[in-house]
Amino acid sequence: MSIHIPEKDWFKAPTGGERVWIALSLVWCLIMFIMMPVWHFKGKQNSTGEAYRVEPAQFMARVQQSIQTQSVGEENGVPIVQPPPGGDAYLLGQMWRWQPILKLKKDQSYRLHVSSLDLQHGFSLLPVNMNFHILPGYDHVLTITPTQTGEYQVICNEFCGIGHHLMTGKIIVE
Amino acid sequence: MSNHLENQVRTCDTTGLPVCLNAQKFIRLHGVCAVVFLLIGAVAAILLALTRWPAVHLLNAEWYYRVLTLHGLNMLIFWILFIEVAILYFAATTLLNSRLFSKGVAWAAFLMMIVGAIMVDTVVFQGKADVLMTSYTPLKADPMFYLGIILVAVGTLTGVFNFFATVYIAKRDKTYEGSVPLVVFGAIAAAVIAVVTLLHGAVVMIPTWFWSMGWAEAPDPGWYRLVWWGLGHQSQQVNVCAMVSVWYLLATLTTGAKPLNQAVCRTAFVLYILFINLASAHHLLVDPGVGASWKIWNTSYAMYLAVLASMIHGFTVPASVEVAQRARGYVRGLFSWLTNAPWKNPGFSAFFLSLIIFGFIGGITGVTLGTQQINILAHNTLRIPGHFHATVVGGTTLAFMGLIYYVVPLIFQKEFYARSVATIQPYIFAAGITLMSIGMSFAGSAGVPRRHWDVEFAGANLAAGFDSGTHLWLGIMGMGGVLAFVGLLTFILLTVAAVFFGKSNKGRAMTPWATPKSLVTEGDAEAAHDERSPGTMVLVIVLLAAFVVYYFANWLALTDVWHVR
Ligand code: HEM
Ligand SMILES: [Cu+2]
Ligand SMILES: [Cu+2]
Repeated sequence: MSIHIPEKDWFKAPTGGERVWIALSLVWCLIMFIMMPVWHFKGKQNSTGEAYRVEPAQFMARVQQSIQTQSVGEENGVPIVQPPPGGDAYLLGQMWRWQPILKLKKDQSYRLHVSSLDLQHGFSLLPVNMNFHILPGYDHVLTITPTQTGEYQVICNEFCGIGHHLMTGKIIVE
Repeated sequence: MSNHLENQVRTCDTTGLPVCLNAQKFIRLHGVCAVVFLLIGAVAAILLALTRWPAVHLLNAEWYYRVLTLHGLNMLIFWILFIEVAILYFAATTLLNSRLFSKGVAWAAFLMMIVGAIMVDTVVFQGKADVLMTSYTPLKADPMFYLGIILVAVGTLTGVFNFFATVYIAKRDKTYEGSVPLVVFGAIAAAVIAVVTLLHGAVVMIPTWFWSMGWAEAPDPGWYRLVWWGLGHQSQQVNVCAMVSVWYLLATLTTGAKPLNQAVCRTAFVLYILFINLASAHHLLVDPGVGASWKIWNTSYAMYLAVLASMIHGFTVPASVEVAQRARGYVRGLFSWLTNAPWKNPGFSAFFLSLIIFGFIGGITGVTLGTQQINILAHNTLRIPGHFHATVVGGTTLAFMGLIYYVVPLIFQKEFYARSVATIQPYIFAAGITLMSIGMSFAGSAGVPRRHWDVEFAGANLAAGFDSGTHLWLGIMGMGGVLAFVGLLTFILLTVAAVFFGKSNKGRAMTPWATPKSLVTEGDAEAAHDERSPGTMVLVIVLLAAFVVYYFANWLALTDVWHVR
């Protein structure tokens, strides 16, 4: 019994059903393990964690520069920026908004730099449902290629204070 | 040879096992506190469920986050840790026929834990620590918050030390011969992991406390997350270990099951110890600053060898029940052993439902969501609480409830009132948690964030929101939450009534919960004894099939999202 001292010869190899199940489980574990490296090389959706140290003020300056040079309009007071396809795009999270609004082209890739001015934030793209963690001091680089056109919401899904639910942004893909 | 001091031991009137009276005192003390924290967590739980249910949206934003902080800490840390220290004391004394190493150390551990927990709850209530249980820097709480957590951690570590010291003196005094019982082995595994876990806690909390005092720079947020999850996730493996040990214990108590092959069960526990320490990785799968190969290796706990361990226990536990039941004569078909199990015994139903919920929902979702790339679809969405309410609530908490249905009559020596209510309580709780977990998982699949006050985003500058189908899932989550709360409150009321006002059963055996009847006479039982468990084999194959389907469905869903590197 599980609450009593086991018999002396308790150390023995598994037999029967137990053995079959262990083998099956092991095979399944290895399949799951292999899936990740395979997807890393063959798959289109990966989180490589590419990031660079950056002072929040410095990141802010880059965002502002992109707004000054690439702005194509604004919505509700938020500038709309159209970064060059293949080039760098900047998105700043702060309590409690994402800015600027980005205007991207379908099937073009962008190096999207996301960082925070203050607390940790969660970049969550809806309704696509893609999620990345954003830290102050880290320039998180996502090399993204939108595959659909339309208007997408960016929300924050890491708690960042009382106005957390107000923290929204937008990405437009044409 | 037992090492008990005179008048410091009694013999259990039901099981005949020796009970160290010092250990008994602390098991009671920890048990009572655990249930108080469970109650605080439960009140918070219903408020949260009614706030996340958009049609109700009960609390305001400030109180939602405050109550969320309270819920996470009281449930995941205080309820669980207090119970686990009690389990450790029980395993090392009664099952090893030993006395508790030191009463003084036990007091020190208990006092640190309780003072720390009260400090934390107080500052959270005062609104000085609205940082959620993770307290991610640079969010800052009152220094008392961090200090309280440090106290709880050090107190727990002290209790774990007392456990190891007890195991040591038992060995030294030769209170048992041969290897320790399986349940003790599992407890030792849990305790080893707990030490590593709590050290991570100290490493992350002490500098953070310094910072809150103004004595040091803020810890780097990336570093903080890495080390904090060394605490936050590994503690979940302590829970898994403790829960599996309780499964073995309850299987024995309720059906007389004995493990088929102890070597297999023990090796599985060793796998936990060896590979669990990589656990913090799967919280960082979409974080900046940690690379893909690091994520892949660590998140798989080195090729899923810890998952393998859980899959092994998932077989050996029900198989042991099956063999025990077949020996009783329930040999017809594949499942008559299961349908004739003591389902009216809350110790059994809690244990078996815990096994099912943990395996079929918690385990499958956990491994899938913790797959490096699939995590893009899940990070910080409601899928995450959907997953862990099936592990640490439907799994661990439910198993501990089953245990308490025995601890109260055996250790508190008090009888339960309303035993028919106790009989259905595990079902209510299990049904509620399952519904809530499913609601959360589906809402989260649409991208609904966790830890979020308003999924309508009312007042946001740029509009956002979810469709009506998603709201339906949130409604199901809310209703499941209410049902689970009813089940939980019932449990607390039954337990409190029994502990404080129950009839004493000192000097006689406990009133038994339902036990399976034997269809065979003594002689036949020996003859019919066979170790096969075909019913369990079918169950685990169904589990594996569900696992494979869910896993690949998620890869398929991943192909739909934008390309990203
Ligand atoms: C009646 C039972 C319970 C109900 C109805 C319930 C409900 C909830 C709800 C609605 C949330 C909030 C999700 C969000 O807004 O992000 C939550 C969070 C959580 N619950 Fe529970 N819960 C219950 C029991 C438990 C138990 C027993 C535990 C642990 C042993 C637990 C651990 C947690 C944790 C760790 C969180 C996350 C806190 C955070 O995000 O900081 N829950 N629960
Ligand atoms: Cu935010
Ligand atoms: Cu936020």
